Amino acid sequence: MEITERSLWTLIHGMGFGALYLLACSGALVELYRRYCAHNPAQPTPRDEAFLRVYLTVMAVLAWLAVFTGAYIIYPWYRAVPPPGTSGLSPFPQRLLMSSPHTVGWHSLGMEWKEHVAWLAPIAITMAAAVVWQYGCHLASLRPLRAVVLSFVWVSLVAAGIAGFFGAMINKNAPVEGGPVIHVMQGE
Amino acid sequence: MRDTVPAKQIPPVSADADPSSIAGGAGAAAVLAAGIGSFLMGLFAVIADKSASIKSLMIFSRPTGPLSGVTTSAIVAWLVAWVVLHARWRGKNVALRSIGTAALVLLALGFLLMFPPLADLF
Repeated sequence: MEITERSLWTLIHGMGFGALYLLACSGALVELYRRYCAHNPAQPTPRDEAFLRVYLTVMAVLAWLAVFTGAYIIYPWYRAVPPPGTSGLSPFPQRLLMSSPHTVGWHSLGMEWKEHVAWLAPIAITMAAAVVWQYGCHLASLRPLRAVVLSFVWVSLVAAGIAGFFGAMINKNAPVEGGPVIHVMQGE
Repeated sequence: MRDTVPAKQIPPVSADADPSSIAGGAGAAAVLAAGIGSFLMGLFAVIADKSASIKSLMIFSRPTGPLSGVTTSAIVAWLVAWVVLHARWRGKNVALRSIGTAALVLLALGFLLMFPPLADLF
């Protein structure tokens, strides 16, 4: 069993940071709604407060790691330009997608959207974490602020979902491959 | 958009603070700055796509291309806006509803500007 260096980075970016962020996002939405709902009679304990603060901070770190690995490690491999006279386009995913009318949309819509919209996730969740660090349980009494924070976290979930969906589909149609081969284990 | 009634507490807010005296200024600064950052991300993406000279200016990292400049510029603008607004509004009661609405409108505009079929209309 082996994997190329570029595939490994794609896995770290998509499954490690991106998918984990998406999973964590639903939990954050539930907790933010339940805990700071003005009708919730149960007051969160200091331990609960600390947990949510750390949870959102870890989410912000995951979101930043996802966009930075995507933009500065994987995207350069994706958009690499083949030298003149190159016949096989498989090491050049963007050009491979653009070479066929059946796949060009994955780049012109998918990647063009994903490469920008994904950045909404770290901005939104960093803001949400900062607000929760700032106000803690008092967010319940600042209803307009709580509503806006929840909306931003919803948008971050949608943005991360769009990025994740197109990332997976683009990698299915034109995988980012290459680099040194890493032998994971020997087959029987 | 804001009034200038000073609040009793300067955040971070302690757990036993009187809810009626909690200033929303720091939170308002955070959400409006996030809205500004989101909008600028979309705006810079459209501008870099439409103008060849701006596109080349946005190449902060050659392997990543214009995306590096678009995202870095928007992030810097977001952080600067956050610092400035926080310095102005912390410890104050501000019009949270209006500021929150403005932040959501900016977020929505940024989101729409990033959608390629809409961005191509410009």
